[in-house]
Amino acid sequence: MQPDRHDIELSVNGLQYRRTVEARMLLSDFLRHELMLAGTHVGCEHGVCGACTILLDGAPVRSCLMFAVQANGHELSTVEGLTGASDELNPLQQAMHEHHGLQCGYCTPGILMTMTAFLKENPDPSELELREALSGNLCRCTGYQNIVDAMLKAAEMMRAPAP
Amino acid sequence: MKPAPFKYIAASSLVEALSLKAEYGEEAHFLAGGQSLIPAMNFRLARPAVLIDINGLTELASIDCSNAQAIRLGALTRYRAMERDPGFPRACALFADALPHIAHPQIRNRGTIGGNLCHADPASELPAVAVAMQARMRVKSLSGERELAADDFFVAPLRTDLKAEEMLVEIVLPTAGARSGASFMEVARRRGDFALAGVAAIVSLDEERRCSGIRLAFCGVGETPVDASHSASSLVGQRCTDRTIAAAAADVRRAIAPSGNIHASAGYQRHVAEILTRRAIAMACNRIAHAA
Repeated sequence: MQPDRHDIELSVNGLQYRRTVEARMLLSDFLRHELMLAGTHVGCEHGVCGACTILLDGAPVRSCLMFAVQANGHELSTVEGLTGASDELNPLQQAMHEHHGLQCGYCTPGILMTMTAFLKENPDPSELELREALSGNLCRCTGYQNIVDAMLKAAEMMRAPAP
Repeated sequence: MKPAPFKYIAASSLVEALSLKAEYGEEAHFLAGGQSLIPAMNFRLARPAVLIDINGLTELASIDCSNAQAIRLGALTRYRAMERDPGFPRACALFADALPHIAHPQIRNRGTIGGNLCHADPASELPAVAVAMQARMRVKSLSGERELAADDFFVAPLRTDLKAEEMLVEIVLPTAGARSGASFMEVARRRGDFALAGVAAIVSLDEERRCSGIRLAFCGVGETPVDASHSASSLVGQRCTDRTIAAAAADVRRAIAPSGNIHASAGYQRHVAEILTRRAIAMACNRIAHAA
């Protein structure tokens, strides 16, 4: 069978990309191997672990459960887009750093992308709401408590009026 | 790349999608949200030769609550759209209860009701909800259209009555009467996991507040969603009290035949189903009381 190839054009973190992809290439593999954006991690490859979570038109989705060809014409955000031009950590990243919200760090990109969308919609979540929103991201190091602490702190920082 | 090679075609109209399905038949799968199909392809449990992507068919993504007799859901409606619709969760308590149990927010951003029902996983929530509500499945092919009752739609684990050239296009949910209440509950080991058992209950009362009808359907306890409405019929004609509800739930426990799995023995599944039945019927009655 001849590989079924498709031309696609999409935006990732505000940059436009054009590539030719085989139909069966997962979006997670496309980001990592074609665009060299290896910040998106690949864990289970069947939608359970959440490590590969990215934003598709602003909504968190599993990039291992989409084909790259399906992202044609869409706007994606990955963990690489979180830091500003000066490479400073954003409030979520800073809070994860300060609260020891990661150990091995494998789950962190997915958690940051999930929480980026969640805190945008829910700037003042309860701990229960936050834990519910986090339920689709597995972390085997931290026991979650430090991640929850970090994200509640990040929400608080982002709510505070700019000095 | 995990999945086996396939030919990808993005359909730009329903007619095109149906023509392609007529051409490729069993070789082809429709790709909607992909949240069950793509994992199966990553494992190579599914190896379709052709994927017909229907995500562009936005006319199939619709929620219509304007009719008092029935709610109409386009097959491509995503879980998140249902959860966030201004009217739908209020109009349909069973969906409002069940949707948060379906996987995780990231999955619910992609997954669709049509994909869920066509996947026909007996452990999944919405097939049981569809059976409890006596949903009607509107199915199309190039040569015409037909409507199936939910009970007839689910024929075996991961198998529906759909023919190779057909597509589920719309789900019609009849609304229960004014003195009706509903509740969905489940027990799963972790948030988002498949349920050990789950139940969708709809209770209707007459003017004397006696039970005039009960619909009861389970997920996770059989090869298809299990319609246990008849098993709970001792409640009909009675007032819903702790005693009558418990008696009906005990009848249900005896009627269902879960097979057990690595997470729960058959006996424990029956136990969970009985307790959930009691609670869901009580909650449904409670909601009628509050609505009145």
